[in-house]
Amino acid sequence: MTSSEILFDTPADPVVEGPVLQVEDLHVSFPSEAGRVRAVRGLSYEVSPGEVLGIVGESGSGKSVSSLAVMGLLPSSARITGSIKFQGRELIGRSDAELSKIRGRRISMVFQDPLSALTPVYTVGDQIAEAILVHRGGAVSRSAAAKRAVELLDLVGIPNAAERAKAFPHEFSGGMRQRAVIAMAIANDPDLIIADEPTTALDVTVQAQVLQLLETAQEVTGAGIVIITHDLGVVAGFADRLMVMYAGRAVETGQVDEIYQQPRMPYTLGLLGSIPRLDVSEKQALVPIKGQPPSLTDLPPGCPFAPRCPMVVDACHTAEPPLIEVDGSAEHHAACIRTGEIAATEAEGAEAAAEIFGAEVVEDAEIAKVPREQRETVLELDNLVKEYAVNKGVVFKRRVGTVHAVAGISFDIREGETLGLVGESGCGKTTTLMEILGLEKPMGGEISVLGTNVSSLNSKRRFEIRRDMSVVFQDPMASLDPRLTINDVIAEPMQVHGYGKDEINRRVPELMRLVGLRPEQLSRYPGEFSGGQRQRIGIARALALQPKLVVLDEPVSALDVSIQAGVINLLEELKSKLGLAYLFVAHDLSVVRHIADRVAVMYLGKIVEIGEVDSVFDAPRHPYTQALLSAIPIPDPVKERQRERIILTGDLPSPANPPSGCRFRTRCFLHASLPPEKQRTCIELEPPREVQAPDHEAACHFAQIRQVL
Amino acid sequence: MTVILNEGDSAGTTGAASGSPIDAAPEPDKAMTRGRLVFLRFMRNRLALIGLIIIVAMYLLAFIGPLLTHWSYEDRDYAAFLQPPYADHIFGTDNIGTDMFAQTMRGLQKSLIIGLLVALISTTVAAIVGATAGYFLGVADKALMWVVDLLLVLPSFLIIAILSPWFRGKSWWLLVLMLAAFQWMITARIVRGMTLTLKEREFVKAARFMGQPARRIIAKHIVPNMASLLIIDATINVATAVLAETGLSYFGFGVQSPDVSLGTLIGNAAQSATTFPWLFLFPAGFLVVFVLAVNWVGDGLRDALDPTSTRGRKREKKDTEEKAA
Repeated sequence: MTSSEILFDTPADPVVEGPVLQVEDLHVSFPSEAGRVRAVRGLSYEVSPGEVLGIVGESGSGKSVSSLAVMGLLPSSARITGSIKFQGRELIGRSDAELSKIRGRRISMVFQDPLSALTPVYTVGDQIAEAILVHRGGAVSRSAAAKRAVELLDLVGIPNAAERAKAFPHEFSGGMRQRAVIAMAIANDPDLIIADEPTTALDVTVQAQVLQLLETAQEVTGAGIVIITHDLGVVAGFADRLMVMYAGRAVETGQVDEIYQQPRMPYTLGLLGSIPRLDVSEKQALVPIKGQPPSLTDLPPGCPFAPRCPMVVDACHTAEPPLIEVDGSAEHHAACIRTGEIAATEAEGAEAAAEIFGAEVVEDAEIAKVPREQRETVLELDNLVKEYAVNKGVVFKRRVGTVHAVAGISFDIREGETLGLVGESGCGKTTTLMEILGLEKPMGGEISVLGTNVSSLNSKRRFEIRRDMSVVFQDPMASLDPRLTINDVIAEPMQVHGYGKDEINRRVPELMRLVGLRPEQLSRYPGEFSGGQRQRIGIARALALQPKLVVLDEPVSALDVSIQAGVINLLEELKSKLGLAYLFVAHDLSVVRHIADRVAVMYLGKIVEIGEVDSVFDAPRHPYTQALLSAIPIPDPVKERQRERIILTGDLPSPANPPSGCRFRTRCFLHASLPPEKQRTCIELEPPREVQAPDHEAACHFAQIRQVL
Repeated sequence: MTVILNEGDSAGTTGAASGSPIDAAPEPDKAMTRGRLVFLRFMRNRLALIGLIIIVAMYLLAFIGPLLTHWSYEDRDYAAFLQPPYADHIFGTDNIGTDMFAQTMRGLQKSLIIGLLVALISTTVAAIVGATAGYFLGVADKALMWVVDLLLVLPSFLIIAILSPWFRGKSWWLLVLMLAAFQWMITARIVRGMTLTLKEREFVKAARFMGQPARRIIAKHIVPNMASLLIIDATINVATAVLAETGLSYFGFGVQSPDVSLGTLIGNAAQSATTFPWLFLFPAGFLVVFVLAVNWVGDGLRDALDPTSTRGRKREKKDTEEKAA
């Protein structure tokens, strides 16, 4: 970043000693029909210049509300008390006009959804220029602002910035949009940047890029950063200090290392234990935090976490524990009366969580003990091809191109086995799934389900096969019909396949119990359940017909980490109990490592590496797999800081116009480092899938092992 | 139309973490079917219940009322022309001595039947055609939308006027069918558009992948998710149908004399509304009350079918507060 000196050489505002942001005893409440919702209850923290503070908690813990209060962006119905001091000046009680002078100039914000953070009708360059003009309208000319917008886009790593500044937000990919938003956030050299779940909506590879960019932004501006997230993995290598929030209060604060290694509050322990680890090969037990965050309207006395806490004792219900110093460290505070006992357990971090929460590793299924070759094949794809025509014209449609969504992929799944299919969005994962689930004759290649080739199916046989194959979708909101009661939702597949009324009435409550829900809730509508519960209902529906193969389309990526752990555990348990085979599509490799037996990595409609999960993760051969793996954060600050990241440049090329030869070569770091004659091989020849080790194939001309974990 | 679609989406974001007061329906031991739950929720809506009672009462009145008076709508009392209401003619008489009560009851019969049937038929046709076209696309879509566009450009009033000599003297059913035939097209287009978005929702895909046949998917998932639109459309159609019938009858193409409908009565009395108000007020009053009641029932049905509606819940809370006080 040589440009940084040029860009940010404006004399800094008079340097203020002490913290940039000082929040003391902040209370925020909203009126609601059920009474006042006390979203934030007595929150205090500080951010020093150049410091990164991570605020972690589940949805509804008040983390976003507290930062919106700092920005002065809460609705007027909110009642805010306490003190928020920015560079020593009190912000509470100031008018919106006064705050507007600070917002965007001295404090800026990066939101979760980059698409809704940008106005669709203005070009990206104009929007960044606007951020500058609003605050420095008198001092900066229009053309200078436009020029600076281009410089900023260049700084955040948008290739061809001058051209791209004239593009509209919808012409940017998700990662590029988030970059543009960050460019806007640093446009005025702020002293504080608040990032609210900046990577949640993004792919893992892009997430790594954005985190690195935020780091750059911080170096360039010297600002303090508050990063809000529900995923402890994300902030491990990035934050300096952490604050864990629960039910509107901080329950544990401290240096990053202390919190990850010696968590002293059961909730933090639970959060840590709920993250599947990419760097652990043996099966670890994931810790789900049972129940839901409490309603913030009328909290019972005592610790708000007590109803979900495995260590709860009677004393927990008497009074809410204050934040107290633990381990004699001045920085590390926890709000729990039993910190001493947690400190006394031998295990550290996630292992302690598993011990305290009593999570157990699920036994393998009976079928999994039979050697793979002797098991029945439940699904086999042979060179599957799916292409879409790109048409133009209104009256006379003419074909102007072809999208090669799936370009010849092959894999098989045996009984009782989980295959993880991973790749960035747009790589053809979902298309593959839809082809499998559609059970129609594919455009090219073959699909066999339970030994039956789908090209030869008549409609009666196709209907029969549907009984053995079911699907769980990603979005638990959209996958259940909001107008049907849960009873009707779960009964539907059985009604379709002609089960008797009595049988259905018997089996529906049974399925509810199987997925860990209470049968009394059957007459409720999906809208009354939380995301995790809805996903369980989706699983119950998928299991209604006792299928052999369950296709899971990103089943946990829309859930909070603590809820995700519960659903993953459930899936593992069901697999072991019912001997199911899963096709598990995901972009989160740590989840795949946890649940899958084999993994296939997809890039632009092709499988670039496939094999047994430990072999692929411990000794990845394909550069793309290596890059994917290195992009996944590890919830361990020490390891995370030592890791060398492979950051992929650019975005996925369009599948309508894939690169010649090896499809990955345009983004490949290995390709870039090769001498020209070897590069030619990549450009001209498409690499075939070759066996690299037992049950491990990769499609790269120059495959070599590279440790990335 | 996104507004209505979003109801389902918002279902996702609300209930989640708040531990919201769950549906106030009593917790039964056995799971309730959708029909029973909708019924319970409907019964909890006081206004809808009143509307339903009014509609039923109007039907009873329309068919039993004529038996209570010795006058028939065709009889003339040559002793009483243009008389204001009195004991013998409780709604008064018109300029040729016909009893207004008998006429209003007869008109009510006709209008109730025509209004409800036309609304029902046209909304059903719209739902079926729109959903079929949107779900199957391809040839079915092209053909159906061609019919819709054709009907939209045809001047309906003219067609009915031209055809009316042919169905003169035939059953009033033909009039109902004609009115319905020209009322469904715009709704069908809206329904088609909504089907296109609903079709991509995951719960529809899930149903397809479990082997649910297409017509069942339309009936079970797609149409219920448009219930708000369809019910509002049906209630508007009731009023539109009654008014359309009025217009046609006024020009002599609809209900033929000596038979009467609320439309012909209002049409005839329109000029003398200020001088002989009883001629106008009774039929018009019945029309207004009827349309209002239909709207209340429509609102109630929509709330009962919509799981995100909080109306039942709010009232429940007030009740408990009253009890506490």
